[in-house]
Amino acid sequence: MRTVQALVVAGVGINCEEETAAAYRLAGATARTVHLESILRGDIKLDAFDVVHLPGGFSFGDDLGGGRVLANRIRTRKLPGGTTMGDGLRAVARHGGMVIGFCNGFQALVELGLVPDVGGEGAAEAALMQNASGKYEDRWVRVRADAECPARVWAGLEEWELPVRHGQGRLVFRDVSLRDEIARLHLNGLTYCDEAGRPTDRYPANPNGAELACAALCDPSGRILGVMPHPEAYLSLFNHYDWPRLRRERPERSEEGAGLVLFQNVVKAVLAA
Amino acid sequence: MPETWTHLHVSSRPDRGADPVGERVRRQAADFLSIDTGRVTTSKIYSVSPALDLARTDRALAALGNEVSCVVGVGAPARLGFRSFISVDKRPGVTDDEGQTVLTVLRDLFSGAPQIASGRAASRDVYWLERALSPAELGRIAEELVGNPLVHVLRSGPADAYEDPRPRGAVATQPVIEEIALPRDDAGLLRLSEVRLLSLDRAEMVALRDYFDREAVRASRGRRGLPADPTDCELEIVAQTWSEHCKHKEFNALVEFVDRDRGTTVVIDSLFRTYIVAATRVVGEALREWGQAWLLRVFDDNAGVVRIDDDSVFVWKVETHNSPSAIDPYGGAITGILGCNRDPLGTGRGGGRLLFNTDVLCFAPPTYDRPLLPGQLAPRRVFAGVRAGIEDGGNKSGIPTVNGALVFDDRFAGKPLVFCGSGSIAPARVAGAPWWEKRIDAEDRIVVVGGRVGKDGIHGATFSSVHLDEESPRSAVQIGSPLTQKLASDFLEEACARGWVKAATDNGAGGLSSSVGELARITGGAEVDLERVPLKYEGIQPWEIFLSESQERMTLAVDPAVEGDLLALARERGVEAVDIGRFTEDGALWVRHSGRTAACLDLDFLHHGAPRKRLAAEWSNPPVEAPAVPDVDLESALLGVLGSWNVCSREGVIRQYDHEVKGRTVIKPLMGRGGGPQDAAVLRLSWSDYRGIAVSNGIAPQYGDLDPYAMCACAFDEAVRGIVAVGGRLPGPDTAAPQFWSVNDNFCLPNVAYDARTNPDGRRRLGQLVRMCQALYDIAVAYAVPLTSGKDSMKNDFTAGGVTISIPPTVLFSATAGIPDVRKTVTTGLQAPGDAIYVIGETQAELGGSEFFRWLGLAGGTAPQVRAERARDRYRCVGEAIAAGLVASCHDLSDGGLAVALVESAIGGGLGFDVVLDGLGPSERPWIPLFSESSSRFVVTVPEEKRRAFEGILGRDAWPIGRVTGDARVRISAGGRPCVEAPLVRFETAWRSGLEGYG
Repeated sequence: MRTVQALVVAGVGINCEEETAAAYRLAGATARTVHLESILRGDIKLDAFDVVHLPGGFSFGDDLGGGRVLANRIRTRKLPGGTTMGDGLRAVARHGGMVIGFCNGFQALVELGLVPDVGGEGAAEAALMQNASGKYEDRWVRVRADAECPARVWAGLEEWELPVRHGQGRLVFRDVSLRDEIARLHLNGLTYCDEAGRPTDRYPANPNGAELACAALCDPSGRILGVMPHPEAYLSLFNHYDWPRLRRERPERSEEGAGLVLFQNVVKAVLAA
Repeated sequence: MPETWTHLHVSSRPDRGADPVGERVRRQAADFLSIDTGRVTTSKIYSVSPALDLARTDRALAALGNEVSCVVGVGAPARLGFRSFISVDKRPGVTDDEGQTVLTVLRDLFSGAPQIASGRAASRDVYWLERALSPAELGRIAEELVGNPLVHVLRSGPADAYEDPRPRGAVATQPVIEEIALPRDDAGLLRLSEVRLLSLDRAEMVALRDYFDREAVRASRGRRGLPADPTDCELEIVAQTWSEHCKHKEFNALVEFVDRDRGTTVVIDSLFRTYIVAATRVVGEALREWGQAWLLRVFDDNAGVVRIDDDSVFVWKVETHNSPSAIDPYGGAITGILGCNRDPLGTGRGGGRLLFNTDVLCFAPPTYDRPLLPGQLAPRRVFAGVRAGIEDGGNKSGIPTVNGALVFDDRFAGKPLVFCGSGSIAPARVAGAPWWEKRIDAEDRIVVVGGRVGKDGIHGATFSSVHLDEESPRSAVQIGSPLTQKLASDFLEEACARGWVKAATDNGAGGLSSSVGELARITGGAEVDLERVPLKYEGIQPWEIFLSESQERMTLAVDPAVEGDLLALARERGVEAVDIGRFTEDGALWVRHSGRTAACLDLDFLHHGAPRKRLAAEWSNPPVEAPAVPDVDLESALLGVLGSWNVCSREGVIRQYDHEVKGRTVIKPLMGRGGGPQDAAVLRLSWSDYRGIAVSNGIAPQYGDLDPYAMCACAFDEAVRGIVAVGGRLPGPDTAAPQFWSVNDNFCLPNVAYDARTNPDGRRRLGQLVRMCQALYDIAVAYAVPLTSGKDSMKNDFTAGGVTISIPPTVLFSATAGIPDVRKTVTTGLQAPGDAIYVIGETQAELGGSEFFRWLGLAGGTAPQVRAERARDRYRCVGEAIAAGLVASCHDLSDGGLAVALVESAIGGGLGFDVVLDGLGPSERPWIPLFSESSSRFVVTVPEEKRRAFEGILGRDAWPIGRVTGDARVRISAGGRPCVEAPLVRFETAWRSGLEGYG
């Protein structure tokens, strides 16, 4: 079986590149961490990779809104061949690879119009606004995966927990018809839910007030995926906020975290393409 | 040609719900200022020069705001239904990251346009308020809630009077190097020191004059074409180098100490060397005897360095940023955290990878309502601003804030204490040489990396050496830029890993004067050409360039052979790096501007010429008078203590800090179903194995008035205890796999220099410091735990209108230790019904300074004493029991004693407990076992099947008191009678509500 090649973008204030690269390696892929400028100068070509990942962080300090300045750079800077990095990302998805953004990377994908892209025109159809609480927060949330989501990466992750760490995660859609279309197409891959597993608008289970209680969003092809929480922060059981009790209750429990399952699924999805 | 501007506005769309920022202003105006603003909404205004044409304006607007969430336009936004405005602009020279980012966007959009490449931009925040408010009301909201006149230009008025910004143009001036004649009389010298804010005393000014009088100095100055009198730059360099901030004058003084409790008088030749350095030396000798070689570098670099293994070292530094935080809480705190990050980055050969931050903050309670002195900020505002500064400083840098503390006392109303700590990991060797050794050769180049220089922070070093008053110099205020620093530190890591950097140091207090002056000691000289230093704007004088404390800058020593490569990499990474001079070996620090000499000083004089202080100290503990404890209902007492400032939940603050970026945090600040507080943080070092590091803090100013020795011992003990509580092992002769320990001490005191008129308490204050230092020595040696770095901050007083508010003497110990297997660490939360509960360690009637006495309003009593030998033996046993997997949960006993520790453990686990206090103390006075704050104790739970083995290790130091229950109820009894019996939720509510709405 061939080894999946993942490119993890770094620099310009991105700060989760280290654990994201570790996640791909633990999932059996080869991960290469590359400074954004090396891509923009043409030193690194996206088509050599199966997965391009925009990690979380504060690109450009979150000035003007999370991901906005990064998206502008990806969209406007011309690579030596005359195309843009945005074109390159679309090509990776079109050729069976995946383009993934977590947190700040998700914000950039939304600003780029790569998700949800229901209209297929690459226009921004959604926005990630300031949390309804008005605060940046680090807290663990419960999410449910939609088994019919076109992003085939949720096996084994029907209901799980992971941390959110953001101040701008309130996902809003352009209008009601678009929102309905997203629900119909199952593009909202992850949903914030309460203890009983029901989707919720209530803080803090829904930490930011996102419409559709949406925690992850993909494009209709399922090859471009944005996730607001941080799966890469739950690679190990020992990242969980209650791991000592979990271990006591089931000593034979795996030492892997649920977040790692997502990366393993990404690797599988790419190999299956 | 006059500057032309385009003003672009971005607001959130009104149909997207309430604007959370505006909503916060509305709520705070109502809660704190009793002003009804009505609805509040916000806009951003970005002013760009030169003005954009129509086509470019449209493209710029599309890039600045997403139409799904934003309304964009040119000029002022229409704000129907809002009748007042407040606008907030940055003062000239204040960091404006957002303005810079707008330029970045425009340059990406219009990459070929030269006028945009050299353009300018500024950002403004506008608040629109529904009600028509008076100028006075708007002024209060502007100054107390949304801006700070020290860093912002604030305008307000009726909404229809809103005007576009008028960013100020640059002012060009000729560089001037002033000569300053030194007066022959002492009074004149002191006046000069005062007028120029040199903060030098009489003896120091005389030493300075004597230097310039020296025959050899005059001759050499003549040869270099320098005037006989010093230049402005030279005076400033000496003042900065000799300032207490950089030289720790009190800690190096000769102190005559009259110990009235013991009836002795001793002369102490430097507190620093006698106690702190000596303790580490003794510990180091013990470690060597035990064959442990992990202590690598202590005290003489920017941070302490210990060995993790053959390949990597751990670098640890904690320091304070008090004075700036007092006058601009946000800017002071963000600068503090970023500055502290630069210490590990600027240790050894530089480029260590930052792993985590910790923050310990001391404030007056947010409800403090005494009249504020002129220039003093309301404590709740200081709290909110500092918290926000740490949020941005840590989160935006991608460094988890894993541990910390909040301490409240009215006396911090004068100056808050803001302690920031940063740990990093660096390779043990770079280019074949030990990483922790700076090696510079003559002719190596001096390269400055990172931010540009402005007038910000001028006099920060000397400023922190003076107490605050109404006239405190405002140029000391500065605001950090996390983005600039993040880019610089990423670059530095890359450059250092390639072996291109021979030594690195940060530019903090004193700027280039300090960083170059320090590095120059290694070769014995340096030359700097100031015109090469990149400036934020024109009009900065040579001495200001050399002394400026503009942030996010590192100074590197680089071999000329690789300098080109290093500068090229910096360009690629969008980081500014410039060569500003070279290292020499002629013994002089020579500073020039465009070929003219601004300063030329003998390095030996600069670093060794300051006269030593002689200070007088005395101390006697106040007589112990145990107050009579009234008959109290213990449930009310427990509720009161749980809701008190120093005990209640910090969740609202903790959640606003990212504590798990990097994905390695194993014990976070809040753990378990209920989010219970923890004693120490634990992080993994890598993903390939389970080795880790534990981090904790200890601070106990509440005991200092009664017994400063006990206070310092308790603080040190608390830091060590926190690490033991999660499973850390004390160093010892029998350790199979020795783990490193690295502790930083930070002393904060009011002015300790006696003066009959201005500081009559000076001798006693210094006496307190002496007792604290003695405790530090005793604990460090008893536990075999070394101090590796630290800082002192003196003169933490605030004076206005003849009133002085002085902080209580305070010391923070910040401990770190290696953990062989993070999977074996334990947390505080109760785990399973039926587990046995033990108190580990003896409980004494030590309630002096306790939260219980504070709740009762009682003074006096006995402060907790640390019985160090017994504690050390106990800690070794606890470490053994945890390593053997016998312990389900462990929580140390500190503020609020056993009662608080039990409730916190119950909240974390979402379970109850049933305990009997008999055996811990007299059952007719159950408040003693419940609320005593005796040191070196834990509450531990043990599964039934492991009790025998556990008791076998702990022996008679373990007191079984009861069991964990599954019903989430609190049951405490003594002498056969129930003392407290109620549902846990009642206590949890009291604990959670204490700080709600603040910070």
